[in-house]
Amino acid sequence: MASGRSPAAPIPTRAGVGLKPQHARAILEGRPDIGFFEVHAENYMGHGGPPHRLLEAVGAAYPLSVHGVGLSIGGPAPVDPVHLRRLRAVVERYSPALVSEHLAWSTHGGEFLNDLLPVPLTEPTLARVADGVAAVQDALGRMILIENPATYLTFVDSTIPETDFLRRLADRTGCGLLLDVNNVLVSATNHGFDPIAYLGAFPIERVLEIHLAGYDEDRDADGGRLLIDAHGSAVRPDVWPLYERALAVAGPVATLIEWDHDVPDWPVLYAEALRAEALLAEALLAEARPCRRAAAERGAVIAHG
Amino acid sequence: MADRDALAGFAAALRDPASAPPSGVAARPGADVARRFAVYRNNIAVGLIDALRAGFPVTERLVGADFFRAMARAFVADHKPSSPMLFAYGGAFPAFVAGFEPAGGLPYLAGVAGLEAARAEALHAADAPTLDAASIAGALSGAVAVDWLGLRVGAHPAARLADGDHPIVAIWAAHQETASEPRFDGPWEPEAALVTRPDQAVLVRALAPGPAAFAAALLGGATIGAAGERALSIDNSVDIGRTLIALADAGAMTRLGGHEP
Repeated sequence: MASGRSPAAPIPTRAGVGLKPQHARAILEGRPDIGFFEVHAENYMGHGGPPHRLLEAVGAAYPLSVHGVGLSIGGPAPVDPVHLRRLRAVVERYSPALVSEHLAWSTHGGEFLNDLLPVPLTEPTLARVADGVAAVQDALGRMILIENPATYLTFVDSTIPETDFLRRLADRTGCGLLLDVNNVLVSATNHGFDPIAYLGAFPIERVLEIHLAGYDEDRDADGGRLLIDAHGSAVRPDVWPLYERALAVAGPVATLIEWDHDVPDWPVLYAEALRAEALLAEALLAEARPCRRAAAERGAVIAHG
Repeated sequence: MADRDALAGFAAALRDPASAPPSGVAARPGADVARRFAVYRNNIAVGLIDALRAGFPVTERLVGADFFRAMARAFVADHKPSSPMLFAYGGAFPAFVAGFEPAGGLPYLAGVAGLEAARAEALHAADAPTLDAASIAGALSGAVAVDWLGLRVGAHPAARLADGDHPIVAIWAAHQETASEPRFDGPWEPEAALVTRPDQAVLVRALAPGPAAFAAALLGGATIGAAGERALSIDNSVDIGRTLIALADAGAMTRLGGHEP
């Protein structure tokens, strides 16, 4: 399929938001100053109509990021070639600056299970996921990013720490990583590990995008916090310091606000992006200083303070 | 292999709401594995119910949020999507609504749901140019008596017909989000909905049974003559020429002529 667009420019080191049709007018008429827009690839796999018209218009004015939620790269079967062709069509049509997917699975026996399900962190899974990522990168002719998951259960057979798993996946396939800071806090809370230690162990040099989102909160059997990756609210207060910590470790990285349910009016969403952008600007300044260590220390103080 | 078995067990337990959590999964001490597993089940159900809510807003308004949620939950339990493209998920919902006993008191509900399913399909259908009404009018009034009864038309990829034994278009139109006090005073007559998307806006027009039969046959590949006969067998007062122009005006056709259905 021919693409009329020039090769994608790199994603700017700025904040972006998920593109929602209800914000079309605010974006196309107001032309807000924002770094980029991200879409779920599956929403643009129809043949035509207003969804594509909107994305063409937004893509003409802003960098785009395409985020897949349906490839099921962690699934028991090889990546579905039909769905991969659909993804390739979206990527060729819009030449996004970034393409990303998840360390998760969502399809089994031809049935779409409509959630990002956890994978056993084992050597066979690593081999399978690496094959899947390689197949996707071959089909798209470009690097993709893989996102760390939010999980509620672990597998007793898991033998590889998640951060090692992602590092080895990136080493093996050359893929980049998408660090979802909200997912880090959700999983850390649910499984009782230290989110800051997780960030410290994360292959941060592979991170090309950060996600921020709001979680929902429930209670475990013993009254402990059970956090659910919900994308239906503003970024929760305890995610912001972890984000600052991530920036201190990783340096400034393009950052997306994910808000997919109960989507607010544009100004509310935009304000979230501005908040992330202010922290990004600080990280950019810190990076410009001669010594990065100062930034890391400052981040540590904020995160613990 | 053990990994694949673990995922197969996980998937099987997700499918069966009465099932215990799969073996081989764990949670931190003090947490309940069943409660944790329920998060995944709930995420799946809520996501699919939300997809239906997005596609069937008037159906939801007609029965209220709680009733709709219960009806959608019943549908979701038996209808798993076959692809990650959730915008295509509600296709079987109108037929389910038709057979959903608690909604039996609203015989028009399935028809309205059918209209909304057609709108969702039209929204994502391929773009194509439309045959304009002037070209049709010109062809029909031409001095040369073309054998237009033998012609077929090309159906626009976004054109859909939703059958209705009830005034589904009037009911749908009266229950838009902008209507603060929905009311319907019109005659209680059967209507089909002709749904089109000539450019970027989805249009909905009401067709009486005769013109609806004509449209269904014509857009399904019949010649104008055969479609006309079909319509006249239902209602002998149908004006075929006018109906054809109305279809063109709605953007239901891409071309006149050709032998491919």
